[in-house]
Amino acid sequence: MERHFDASLRELKEQLVSMAGLVELAIEAATEALQKRDREKIALVHDIERRVNAAHIAVDNSCVKLLAMQQPLAADLRLIVATIKINTDLERMGDQAVNIAHNTERYIQGEPLKPLVDLPRMFEEARVMVRETLDSFVRTDAALAREVLRRDDIVDGLKNKIFRDVLDHIKAKPEHIEQGLNLILIARNLERIGDHATNIAEDVIFAITGEDIRHSARVETIKKALT
Amino acid sequence: MSTILEVRELNAWFGETQAVKGIDLAFESNTVTAIIGPSGCGKSTFIRCLNRLHEEVPEATAEGHVLLNGDDIYGKGIDPVAIRRKIGMVFQKPNPFPSLSVFDNVAIGLRLAGMRRGTMLKEIVEKSLHLSALWDEVKDKLNAPGTSLSGGQQQRLCIARALAVEPSVMLMDEPTSALDPISTAKIEELVTELKKTVTIVIVTHNMQQAARISDSTAFFLLGDMVEHGETSKIFTTPKDSRTERYITGRFG
Repeated sequence: MERHFDASLRELKEQLVSMAGLVELAIEAATEALQKRDREKIALVHDIERRVNAAHIAVDNSCVKLLAMQQPLAADLRLIVATIKINTDLERMGDQAVNIAHNTERYIQGEPLKPLVDLPRMFEEARVMVRETLDSFVRTDAALAREVLRRDDIVDGLKNKIFRDVLDHIKAKPEHIEQGLNLILIARNLERIGDHATNIAEDVIFAITGEDIRHSARVETIKKALT
Repeated sequence: MSTILEVRELNAWFGETQAVKGIDLAFESNTVTAIIGPSGCGKSTFIRCLNRLHEEVPEATAEGHVLLNGDDIYGKGIDPVAIRRKIGMVFQKPNPFPSLSVFDNVAIGLRLAGMRRGTMLKEIVEKSLHLSALWDEVKDKLNAPGTSLSGGQQQRLCIARALAVEPSVMLMDEPTSALDPISTAKIEELVTELKKTVTIVIVTHNMQQAARISDSTAFFLLGDMVEHGETSKIFTTPKDSRTERYITGRFG
């Protein structure tokens, strides 16, 4: 039996998906800005972020309205609670894209430090994470959400590698310290985007299965350390 | 927490039709248990078996065990009327006795039980009206007919009437379905207060009401109990997909 409420939930999901699409575009624009040293793409990131902020408010309003009007329970309740949290993570991803744009702006004012190999890979991984988390949400695919959690390890690995490479470089050439710092900050912001995608994947799993898996890996690590 | 009422293998019929099928369920002291389920699922019949009211319907029968503090209310030689004093009931529609005053409506159970002493009657009536949060509203019109009160007040009068004989368990069959939201809120507050002194079993069609006031919830379907558990779990992460479909309104 299709409920009127189901149509409202579908609309809510569509709102969230189009917001995630904007975040993906912002990450893409930031990548191009860095790789092609393109200032127009930096402006585009700022423009997209303003649209993400507007979507953030619209999604929250829809959630508050549905909570008040429908008083959802069980899976419906979990879906709306997850949406409120996913919404916040998407908005913060938009902020991170803007941070990357700022760092890129400073970076492209100077000479390139070195050919970029790992950063473009990191950008791509982060973008795919955003897409897959939202796909898992729309398709209620908990297995895909778990896949995203694994992908975060790749992003973290790339960040560590970039940190090490850039540190080695600026140790040898201290005059490049500012450029090196810009790259480190970009990698750091991309890692944060991966963390937000991880949060979203955890919320998707909660919405679908009711299982709360947050912090579980950390708890396991602590348990192992104690035994 | 200790079990005050325990249901074992309870079955109930209307003639040939089985309405309640082999229910096992324990009620802890000083808790509120909500019974939810679609119309005709057997929830009202189930609670009417808990104080032997079901058997008053022609051709209605019940089988099984209901242990109140360990004693089977379906045991040999047990007087159903005595049971109903220990396990009181409040119905969907407020039903004060039309010819009786506010005071007499509350006192009637005690009088029927043989209490004659006026001072003690007065004390218990006043205490019951306090417990049902009605005293302040009726203390100046104790001699007015019970039916002169508003619907919500009449329902609290019926609760006071049930409380007067000091039951250990109170059964409530959709007690707010005929009331406006303000009166409903008062009854809900009252239920939360009353559980300090009595154990409450409430049948309700209002999911939010069950979520707001009960400690545990049982979901009934076609005479079976599908799921019973902590209310906060049932309404956020129910185990059975039938419970999930019912409470999200997807059933059918």
